[in-house]
Amino acid sequence: MWEYTDTVRDHFLNPRNAGVLEDANVIGEAGSLACGDALKLMLKVTPEGVIEDAKFQTFGCASAIASSSALTELIKGKTMEEAAKMTNKEIADYLGGLPKEKMHCSVMGEEALEDAIRRWKGLPPKKHDEEGRLVCKCFGVTDLQIIKVAQENGLTTADEVTNFIKAGGACGACKDDIQTILDKLRAIEKPMVEIKPAPRMTNVQRMQKVMTILSQDIAPRLALDGGSIELIDVDGTTVVVALRGACSGCHASQLTLKNLVEKTLREQVDPAINVVEA
Amino acid sequence: MADLTNVIYFDNNATSAVAPEVLEAMLPAFGPLYGNPSSMHTFGGQMGRWLNTAREQVGQLIGASPEEVIFTSCGSESDNAAWYSATETQPEKRHVITTKVEHSAVLAYGHYLEDKGYDVTWLGVDEKGQIDLNELEQAIRPDTALVSMMYANNETGTIFPIDKVAQIVKSHGVQLHVDAVQAVGKEIIDLKNLPIDYLAMSGHKLHAPKGIGVLYVRRGTRFRPFLKGGHQERGRRAGTENVPYIIGMGKACELAGANIQEERTSVAAMRDRLQAGLLAAIPNCKINGDESSRLPNTVNISFEAVEGEALLLQMDQYGICASSGSACTSGSLEPSHVLRAMGVPFTYAHGSVRFSLCRYNTEAEVDRVLEVMPKIVHNLREISPFAAFLKK
Repeated sequence: MWEYTDTVRDHFLNPRNAGVLEDANVIGEAGSLACGDALKLMLKVTPEGVIEDAKFQTFGCASAIASSSALTELIKGKTMEEAAKMTNKEIADYLGGLPKEKMHCSVMGEEALEDAIRRWKGLPPKKHDEEGRLVCKCFGVTDLQIIKVAQENGLTTADEVTNFIKAGGACGACKDDIQTILDKLRAIEKPMVEIKPAPRMTNVQRMQKVMTILSQDIAPRLALDGGSIELIDVDGTTVVVALRGACSGCHASQLTLKNLVEKTLREQVDPAINVVEA
Repeated sequence: MADLTNVIYFDNNATSAVAPEVLEAMLPAFGPLYGNPSSMHTFGGQMGRWLNTAREQVGQLIGASPEEVIFTSCGSESDNAAWYSATETQPEKRHVITTKVEHSAVLAYGHYLEDKGYDVTWLGVDEKGQIDLNELEQAIRPDTALVSMMYANNETGTIFPIDKVAQIVKSHGVQLHVDAVQAVGKEIIDLKNLPIDYLAMSGHKLHAPKGIGVLYVRRGTRFRPFLKGGHQERGRRAGTENVPYIIGMGKACELAGANIQEERTSVAAMRDRLQAGLLAAIPNCKINGDESSRLPNTVNISFEAVEGEALLLQMDQYGICASSGSACTSGSLEPSHVLRAMGVPFTYAHGSVRFSLCRYNTEAEVDRVLEVMPKIVHNLREISPFAAFLKK
């Protein structure tokens, strides 16, 4: 049995704004019957772009119905511009939280709203091929959708992604693919300044720090471009490295060496460091 | 919140109420009679007689002799022990046959063996959930160690033709395991005339408590214990006997034997009235399962364009307990493997509800469910975007 908050129960048993909006001028849709939940969002938008009225019809479980109800309550009275900034998190927060396996219900609300905004702007409905590469074939989820939901909600594991947009939740064949996408995302987003330089270091300490920064920070970023880096030697403040993979022979490799490797090591280990290629 | 003391419990395939007679029979073993049947002293040793009685009571219900009855902790353990024994005693045979609609205890063991390099044939089912006997016969190979099949399906109630299955399997000299967890106490099972090697039972589906199961092993079948240790259960299942629960299991089997005709007549009549009433009052619904060969207590019905979890939580407001095969209740994001194997369309699979009755249910409860369900389905269809496409 799911642990639903009282607000979720209330919005499920007494859904607000449920039914057909007769004078709707903008419609947004998300989900499908095959997926097990679907939402049709009906809006009445003034010429100035204010959402005057909103109603919904939802096929789905209790939290899907409650999320739809919350969505309509949240956007009524807002302008379309304001509504465009809304994310699934606001829907989940409005309901006092959702069980983690049910977060995809709040994402469905965000997707229906996005669809409505596209149509209001006169854009054609999103097609999967312009949304990125198809990752989850069972639920039709692309890499860009995965990246978006991961960034908005701080997701780091494939299971979390499944909870939020179902990807990987049926046959599971794409779970590794999802994890790779998340890992790359983390490597990019990793803050530059993580390890503060110690005021005085022994050679061994410096060497260990250089190794840590190279393997945990620099190598993943080079890996995004298909390159890799090997530490050859640390002699005082001189760090000798070899660039491998796509980096070797790349005409920009000297730039990489100075701008990425040396800059990072100077910031994080020792301002006196010089990086040279073996 | 619904009144939790006054529910309409139509979910007996999930678990069932402990019969008052069963509880009463168990109590002494929680109190003064706490001895260990393996002890040399009379105080402990006397418990052996209680175990013997329970073994006879179980044997009586399924046509087995007492020494063919092994007490386990649950149906899943019984299934696992049967598969373990059949494969361990025939290591040269690396092929097993089962179906796509089994309980997860069997499905998981099948996948485990596949990982170990075994070949597993997963027999499909038709739209009523029935297997094809020709397909079964053709799947049997010289290296087939075991055929494992449920007696009746927990979700749809569909009963497999186990007597015909047994004839085919035994004519090829292959071992047969039957998961009869849902069938015992509802279907008449006489193992004297049904040549199967292993049969699994569960206590809590027939008004004994949770935590007790039985594995029947036909006399003469080579056996390797799944749980290794002491000499209990004639060396076939280690661990100090769960004396109170074994007593309860015995009593529950005695009661099941006495009440089996009631299960097959008056419970079936209530189920039939429930089914007919729902079909008459609610448009666009359909029965899942084989109505010509189905457990007397079970009806699985799909309501098009609404979702199962939403239905169950609305029913919960009225204290009505049932189950669903929808994605949101299956613990995965896909609807039940049983309904998918049957090819039930998505429009129906997500909106399936299983009602499973027992002899403690009443006609008044059926009336109440028939009064409430049309309203619930109507209200959810009102807010469903697919309801407009339903055939009038």
